[in-house]
Amino acid sequence: MTVKVKVEHVTKIFGPYPKAILEKVKSGGSKNEILAHTGHTIGVYDASFEVHAGETFVIMGLSGSGKSTLIRCLNLLNRPTDGNIYIDDENIVNYTKKELLALRKKKLAMVFQHFGLLPHRNVLRNVEYGLEVRGISKEERTKTAKTVLAGVGLEGWEDKKISELSGGMQQRVGLARALANDPDILLMDEPFSALDPLIRREMQYELLDIQAKLKKTIIFITHDVNEAFKIGDRVAVMKDGKIEQIGTPKELITNPQTQYIEEFIKDIDRSKVMQARNVMFKTSALVYLKDGPRVALKAMESNGISSVFVVSSERKLKGIVTIEDTIRAIKEDQPLEDILKNDFYTTGPDTYIQELIPMATDTKYPIAVTDENDKLLGIIVRVSVLSGLV
Amino acid sequence: MYDFPEIWRLELGVYIDIFIDWLKTNYGTFFDVINDVILWSMVYVEKFLQWLPWWFVVAIVFILGWRLKNLFSGLVFALLIFIVGTFGLWDLMMSTLTIVLASVIISLLIGIPIGIFMTNSSHLDAIIKPILDGMQTMPSFVYLIPAVILFALGKVPAVFATTIYALPPVIRLTNLGIRQVPKEMVEAAESFGSSRWQLLTKVQLPQALPTIMAGINQTTMMALAMVVISSMIGAKGLGMEVLIAINRLDIARGFESGLSIVFLAIIIDRISQYIANRFETS
Ligand SMILES: Nc1ncnc2c1ncn2[C@@H]1O[C@H](COP(=O)(O)OP(=O)(O)O)[C@@H](O)[C@H]1O
Ligand SMILES: [Mg+2]
Repeated sequence: MTVKVKVEHVTKIFGPYPKAILEKVKSGGSKNEILAHTGHTIGVYDASFEVHAGETFVIMGLSGSGKSTLIRCLNLLNRPTDGNIYIDDENIVNYTKKELLALRKKKLAMVFQHFGLLPHRNVLRNVEYGLEVRGISKEERTKTAKTVLAGVGLEGWEDKKISELSGGMQQRVGLARALANDPDILLMDEPFSALDPLIRREMQYELLDIQAKLKKTIIFITHDVNEAFKIGDRVAVMKDGKIEQIGTPKELITNPQTQYIEEFIKDIDRSKVMQARNVMFKTSALVYLKDGPRVALKAMESNGISSVFVVSSERKLKGIVTIEDTIRAIKEDQPLEDILKNDFYTTGPDTYIQELIPMATDTKYPIAVTDENDKLLGIIVRVSVLSGLV
Repeated sequence: MYDFPEIWRLELGVYIDIFIDWLKTNYGTFFDVINDVILWSMVYVEKFLQWLPWWFVVAIVFILGWRLKNLFSGLVFALLIFIVGTFGLWDLMMSTLTIVLASVIISLLIGIPIGIFMTNSSHLDAIIKPILDGMQTMPSFVYLIPAVILFALGKVPAVFATTIYALPPVIRLTNLGIRQVPKEMVEAAESFGSSRWQLLTKVQLPQALPTIMAGINQTTMMALAMVVISSMIGAKGLGMEVLIAINRLDIARGFESGLSIVFLAIIIDRISQYIANRFETS
């Protein structure tokens, strides 16, 4: 995986003498005190992370936690007070004005919370804006803009005024304007926060669609944990200007490192984030086909369970045996093959818990998790799906 | 005992006189050139305005009022300007209009760039704002003094005084209009790599246009007010008619010329406001 964006110890302090304040903060002065006395604000403090090419990286945090400040450092709308930012391995923090304009024209495009569209231009001319700034011919930019507009479902709206559009449509224009430039990196600062919940969901799915096609590197900001976990490959959680934890949604749910993050993920609907692989047991309670019914009975006894999965010598799933059948087989001296049952559910490791719920309510056996070669990876007991205690 | 002691007489005026003399001997050509350029262009504008057939001007005023507002406004404006003609003041009105026009154009050429520069620098803003405040609190008569000193009597000092007097609103409102452009809009433009000039011409000025138009309206009205006063330094026009009438206690003449100024003011104010409103709604 190539690293597209690398942020190294970035700090942004607002106020008349940010550098001087930085020294004080670094040398261990009480931050709040210094700030209160000098009228400076710490927007971001010592943030470091990497974003890989094609990844959707979400920055999440409450209002005022420094998300906007941080993302605006990436295209130098804010100059960081300290630290380095590498884009394609090039440090941009000391870019000259000319280099900066070139960077913004070619590599980065931004989508804004309140859209930032130009009301004196129609939809098409808004989408053309970036191309116009780059000096691309009228003909070509119209063509590109129309294609991109069609891509976000706004075909036929080219000549409309911005004020004639609903919020959702306006943000589609904002997205189209960013995509028209064909940037490597898309910066999105709470792009859907100003939209109604229904429209927001629609836009989230649309973004996922677009991303599946275009594979941009996206840095996405939100204060909504559900949105973060739905969209993000990885999520950074910010609090008071600092990054508290970075991880995949599952890592954050299963291993929140601070109280703050725990609070955050209370809100989350886990069944939409957690997959089979996250809740399955890699059980030792399984039996090889060649072992026979006595071993099977023992495995059930020692684990206190009433059924056990049977696998081949390559760990391929063959079936399940119940305790009643096993006892009968021992008495009648039958091999395991004869009492194998197949009326249980099997699922892949990437299935979301949400989709397992109907299976769990329908079966008395655990759910088997297998890979594409039918190998048994683990089992999911019904209770862990149904209770939501995943 | 109660009178101000005469020995404390500060002869500031003498020094100013010396300074102006110095200015004239050393930079005389500079002021002469300005004088000539303004005078030359004004003569042509005035000739052109007076050459226009009266019915054509009436028709233009009618059409502007009608298209920008409604038929009634058009008719009223046409009637008002027609009445000025019946007073026998048509040519003088055109002289007044010439000075207004010249002053407004110069005000815009100076004022809009200053307003723009002020948005770039808070220092400049802090310096210019109090100057503008001062300019607006000063009685308009005061502007006649430097005008006369630098350009003697006639049209050019009138334009000079009028320009200075009419300058503040367009500076103020250009500055305000640009500062009022939503921050996110500016940032969006910047995030696409707009240069300073692109940001200004593609985003800030179009967005600030309604406010700037309001400033132009105010500047025009102030110019009209000042033009009347600058008749005192020899600017031919409606103002001078009023002045002569006052000196001779000629009520008839004073009434007609006074009314003409009011009519002209109404027409210019309304029409420039309608134009400004146009920009607001689009
Ligand atoms: N231009 C600025 N000047 C001064 N303080 C600022 C500026 N921008 C942001 N801040 C402060 O920095 C902190 C972080 O703000 P922001 O990054 O906008 O938070 P978020 O986007 O997470 O809501 C806040 O305390 C805010 O007041
Ligand atoms: Mg924000």
